Amino acid sequence: MSAGTNKIVVTVTDIVEINKLVKRFKFERADRGQLPVFSGGAHTVVEMLDRGVTRLNPYSLMSDPMNQDAYTISVRRDDEGRGGSLFMHQQVKVGDELTISYPVNLFALDLRAKKHLMIAGGIGITPFLAQIKQLSALQGHFELHYSVRNKTVGSYVDELTEIYPRNTHIYYSDHGQLIKLVQLLDGQPLGTHLYICGPKSMIAWVRETAASIGWPREAIHYEEFLAPQSGKPFEVELKQSNKTICVGEHQSLLEAMEAADVDAPYLCRGGACGQCETNVISFDGNFFHRDHWLDDSQKASGKKIMPCVSRFEGKSLVLDR
Amino acid sequence: MSRFQFPKSIISRPLYGVLKPRQGKFHLMIADAEGAEALFDVALADPEIMAKSHIMYFPKNTGQSYIGKLEELGAAQLYIGPSYEASVSRLRKILNDAKVGLQIYLTGTESLIGQGMQEVAAAGIPHTEVQTEHRGSVARRMQCVHCKGITEDVIYDPFVCSHCGLNLFVRDHYSRRHAAFQGVCVDAENPGDIPDPVELYS
Repeated sequence: MSAGTNKIVVTVTDIVEINKLVKRFKFERADRGQLPVFSGGAHTVVEMLDRGVTRLNPYSLMSDPMNQDAYTISVRRDDEGRGGSLFMHQQVKVGDELTISYPVNLFALDLRAKKHLMIAGGIGITPFLAQIKQLSALQGHFELHYSVRNKTVGSYVDELTEIYPRNTHIYYSDHGQLIKLVQLLDGQPLGTHLYICGPKSMIAWVRETAASIGWPREAIHYEEFLAPQSGKPFEVELKQSNKTICVGEHQSLLEAMEAADVDAPYLCRGGACGQCETNVISFDGNFFHRDHWLDDSQKASGKKIMPCVSRFEGKSLVLDR
Repeated sequence: MSRFQFPKSIISRPLYGVLKPRQGKFHLMIADAEGAEALFDVALADPEIMAKSHIMYFPKNTGQSYIGKLEELGAAQLYIGPSYEASVSRLRKILNDAKVGLQIYLTGTESLIGQGMQEVAAAGIPHTEVQTEHRGSVARRMQCVHCKGITEDVIYDPFVCSHCGLNLFVRDHYSRRHAAFQGVCVDAENPGDIPDPVELYS
């Protein structure tokens, strides 16, 4: 079992509507004990029991990492998604109990950095909120460039510009304000580390621009949680468990294994961490690899699959699980 | 021939590659002795790169042999120093003024590569992003694990610590923090029982 599979039962003690898309949830331990400290950039996996379906969605922790009284997360409503965010927005009420995982950090600050340059897009701001609190306590040097559509959906813009007016730069894309990336990345002092969290296109844009200027790869950190996508149902034989399961249309392969009581490892549930990597014994059909973990040759080999986000279509699939 | 293939060793032992021109706005190349030859290869692979390059070169025992050819490379700046040690403050000033995107090339002896790496990493460039290529002498910069003194250019094993006088065995155990291999007393259990010194890799 991996660290992130240790669970904590929490009570929802506050729900705040930040704007028409985003709600903030506050969790305190149901047994009134203290929560573990974490490091900025960590996420927790929230278990949702939604009409017979168990969903486990990762959300970045945005509270002060040293605050053990409560965790807060922000959830952006996604009307097109599989329903996790709608469940949080519509079903969860103050006083409800939820089960969350211990924090896991796949987007940690590199504390050797002399300066932290952060680029956020939309709800991608949440891990930075915790990182900024951590850095403030450590007298760290940071600069935040935060792009949002407009003022009404700009989560935490007011808070950030009020507390850190000299470090925060806001860009409203509806008003044509874009991050001047080349000017920003060209000329940063040696020892600067770059952090990106936002939509896929933003991450790709920043990484490509940084690479063209010669930024060291290890000084570039990014996080993008992929939500599992729906697809055609498919059947899978699990050799070790001696079970054959059916993965539903709106279910991930990992979720289907869990529903069949198969102990499958995971951490991020978003195709990033590599924890759920599973060997393929045999297959007849096509894989739909959606993770960031396997490289192209591994994806083409037909020998590995990441059950948290990837799918399969075809006659048969046998996994070593 | 200035190349030497180091035999496979413990994981602590640094490995070196072959310098290749990289994408970047500025390039800092630090070389000593036969390391100059690796810079000639980089210039050959990308003749444009030298106009954006600053070369720091220390001839050591090669005297004038590479100077003329280095001057012909047309580097934006060529500094020829009496020794690496004498040029550390200059290197720190360069790194202090540098911006992210600076590409680093270290070539020549292991001592030069290791010490250059120490400064570059302290300036904030991840060590995995620094290109290195060994050329020339296989002599080592050794730290005596007993007195902590550094002995440069050690070519015989065992050798006598230039600080405390102990007879030290040349280990492949390397410290990135000290930019030195570790020398351990060879006759601690039987004082005076010292193997005949053998030239490294002979």
